[in-house]
Amino acid sequence: MATARLFGASIKRREDPRFITGKGNYTDDVKLPGMTYAAFVRSPHAHARIRNIDTAAARAVPGVVAIFTGADMSGVNSLPCGWDLRKEKNIPGVVQDLAMVPHMPLASDAARHVGDPVAVVIADSQDVANDAAERVQVDWEVLPSVTATDAAAGTGAAQIHAGAPGNVAFKWELGGGDIDAAFKSAAVVVKKRIVNQRLVANAMEPRACVARYEDATGELTLWVTSQNPHVHRLLMCAFVLGIPEHKVRVIAPDVGGGFGSKVFLYNEEVVCSWASRRIKRPVRWTATRREAYMTDAQGRDHVTDAAMAMSADGKILGLHVKTTANLGAYLSTFAPAIPTFLYGTLLNGVYAIGAIKCEVTGVFTNTTAVDAYRGAGRPEACYVLERMVDAAAAALKMDPADVRRKNFIPKFSGAFQTLVAVSYDSGDYAKSFDKLLQMFDYKAFRAEQAEARKKGRYLGLGFSTYIEACSIAPSKVVGALGAGAGLYESGKIRVHPTGMVTVYTGSHSHGQGHETTFAQLVADELQVPIDQVEVVHGDTGAIPFGMGTYGSRSASVGGTALHMSIDKIKEKGRKIAAHLLEASPGDIEYTGGQFQVRGAPGKAVPFGAVALTAYVPHNYPEGLEPGLEETSFYDPSNFCFPFGAHACVVEVDPDTGQVKIVRYIAVDDVGNVINPMIVDGMVHGGIAQGAAQALWEVAVYDDQSGQLITGSMMDYALPKADMLPTYETDRTETPTPVNPLGVKGAGETGTIAATPAVVNAVVDALGGLGVDHIEAMPLTPERVWKTIQAAKSRN
Amino acid sequence: MKTTVSMTINGAKHSYEVEPRLLLVHYIRELAGLTGTHVGCDTSQCGACTVHVNGQAVKSCTLLAVQCDGVEVKTIEGMAQDGKLHPIQEGFWEKHGLQCGFCTPGMIMSAAQLLERNSKPSESEIRHWLEGNLCRCTGYHNIVKAIEWAAEKMAAG
Repeated sequence: MATARLFGASIKRREDPRFITGKGNYTDDVKLPGMTYAAFVRSPHAHARIRNIDTAAARAVPGVVAIFTGADMSGVNSLPCGWDLRKEKNIPGVVQDLAMVPHMPLASDAARHVGDPVAVVIADSQDVANDAAERVQVDWEVLPSVTATDAAAGTGAAQIHAGAPGNVAFKWELGGGDIDAAFKSAAVVVKKRIVNQRLVANAMEPRACVARYEDATGELTLWVTSQNPHVHRLLMCAFVLGIPEHKVRVIAPDVGGGFGSKVFLYNEEVVCSWASRRIKRPVRWTATRREAYMTDAQGRDHVTDAAMAMSADGKILGLHVKTTANLGAYLSTFAPAIPTFLYGTLLNGVYAIGAIKCEVTGVFTNTTAVDAYRGAGRPEACYVLERMVDAAAAALKMDPADVRRKNFIPKFSGAFQTLVAVSYDSGDYAKSFDKLLQMFDYKAFRAEQAEARKKGRYLGLGFSTYIEACSIAPSKVVGALGAGAGLYESGKIRVHPTGMVTVYTGSHSHGQGHETTFAQLVADELQVPIDQVEVVHGDTGAIPFGMGTYGSRSASVGGTALHMSIDKIKEKGRKIAAHLLEASPGDIEYTGGQFQVRGAPGKAVPFGAVALTAYVPHNYPEGLEPGLEETSFYDPSNFCFPFGAHACVVEVDPDTGQVKIVRYIAVDDVGNVINPMIVDGMVHGGIAQGAAQALWEVAVYDDQSGQLITGSMMDYALPKADMLPTYETDRTETPTPVNPLGVKGAGETGTIAATPAVVNAVVDALGGLGVDHIEAMPLTPERVWKTIQAAKSRN
Repeated sequence: MKTTVSMTINGAKHSYEVEPRLLLVHYIRELAGLTGTHVGCDTSQCGACTVHVNGQAVKSCTLLAVQCDGVEVKTIEGMAQDGKLHPIQEGFWEKHGLQCGFCTPGMIMSAAQLLERNSKPSESEIRHWLEGNLCRCTGYHNIVKAIEWAAEKMAAG
């Protein structure tokens, strides 16, 4: 029996052999006999009334199987929004009710953003479908549009939905402490406008679906790029199509990245599923990248006015935040939750703050819908806080490291009640910051920075000490906050007669490595070789009802569900072993892969023998069911709160405004770690996305036409290998008391921390010029150069 | 007006009637049925479709199938020989150079060409070379390590 623990080991990934040999099975790889191919007719306008759709010319194209418009889809409902913000539901903080505006799978009255689908052409080949789609004639009446976040609710703005006067989607607020008193007593008040720009997730695999309806059985199988196949099935069957859930199987096979964008129910999979039932043939659709830019739910897009009240000695007395959040043209599946309960609740950060007030207005615009994108609300909160802490330090002429240290919540375990509703699970914020400062010589850097300045070189260092909230739960609480779903997870362990083990998880891997991590967890707890364990996920036909993967919840929620099932397996195994050993179950312990009488290692039954006995129950306890298979649903008692400290060093070229990341150092605390190699990998990727928001990425809409300017990879600046450094990472481990594994969540920490670390570094580099803030990201050479020129002209 | 286009892919002969507009990547994926080569964009930025044509790494979305009559193509499916992984495939596995796996085939095909031309690339040479291949998961850190690992292994023979 293996003695080294698998929990905590950097073992190589078990899914990799298929990926490195080209044998992955992504949705677009699914080939079915009789396949048809869909092409969507989309609005070229940001806002336009549909006067008429003429499909005659398209129908005449040989090979066209069917064409449908919204008018054909009678009886089909709006795509649902799964988060409610209404006073009558007693949702906390609601100032103005959420406008539940309709979002039809194919728009038939008006298109409300560029790319809004209005018809689908289905043909025998993709080329024919594409050709025919170009022949669909839509008579558009172009309407005025509005795309800018801070203009949407202004006077004279184009009105997007009849049910949302002034384009206001909702108003919401949260806070605690005496905010007025905090600001009255402040020695210094720092006020900044902070623009958190719009981003596109850009998972490398574009969204895709294959829908196959089988007339003979009435069964529909949908392969779809989903992070949560059961959620897709439930929303599509119960809310949109009204078809029986038990006759629908949703398979999310290998999925090429998600970052949130594949959580949501989209028009295309609904239309293809509906159409397959109509034409009784399989229908395939794969987004072009251009379609992905126009239709994948986008991220962030906040305009915030923040004020921070500081004492003369650098204590944070109060934080007042007014945010306008751009939700796009429609309410995506979880959109209202992101700028509210996933944003306002994080504004306490890692700091002991006297009072907090957060006011949020959600607005509709003629842009692609905005929803969760890696971090989802928490990066926005962290960016506001970390930018404001640095701006406050500059105003007080204090060292940003000292201001942070002065305000950290002291080490605790069990609970720290914030001013913004949530209660932290465990934290030691000074510890991760101390570790960060051990990884480089801070004093020496400041000396080097001063020396470099004398030579005309602009070096800067930025910190980010962040909090993250993941495995959002319990279901009862999130329900009270407006969630339409529970946030538990399922885990089933099936022990086969030979002692082999199949693990079924409701979590879904689209890069996270669950087939390795969960196998490690199960093999470790069952003390069997990992080769005896196989992990199944992503198929509603195989797994118990699961909530899927987002919000860094898989290990903490999905892992704990498996742990609970393992406990049940062991409990039953003890009864079987006790019977075989003629002992009392209470005297049986499980150790070294066998059930043995406590203190008598000679009296033992191996795991495999117990498994065989469970399925061949000849000599078996009276009244005990045969079989060895257990399912658990785990609903956590609280969120988990990872944290950490990051530092970034940049050099700014004063002549061109070009920013180069010189060093990036990260200390993360994600609780206990199952596979350090996998966790480090997720931290790397997170840092890259966060840094890319700071320096390069932005989704741009034209103010006048509402056109998406950055609608391709030629125009949207994704980071490349030569734009990023090698990251220096380490961790502290503060286990969470919330779950028995002590794991918190690691998928989003890097993204949350990196953006402010990089921006703070650039601002620090320009501090000598009197720059204490740059209002908007990304910090492109043009924006940095203009900032430098403006500062020089002031000086 | 269809044309017959024949080519050798990973040593096997293929011949199909194609429309002139068919891209090489769709010839490989849809007709030859080799789905390891991926399509991640429509503007030749992402590099997920990188294959070798007559020994040169190319983005197979930038070539028409009709331009490729008679060529030799190697795709990710042809990298392992006799059940033995290519050192670059091993490197990606050893150094955790992939997460979702979608960009990986293109990365491996591109890296193979780099190491053919430069057996001992520096970190900055690797990063510069990978400019035509996008990854959204790894932040490139472990991809660079994977290629360094492969270079060392190949140098050691």
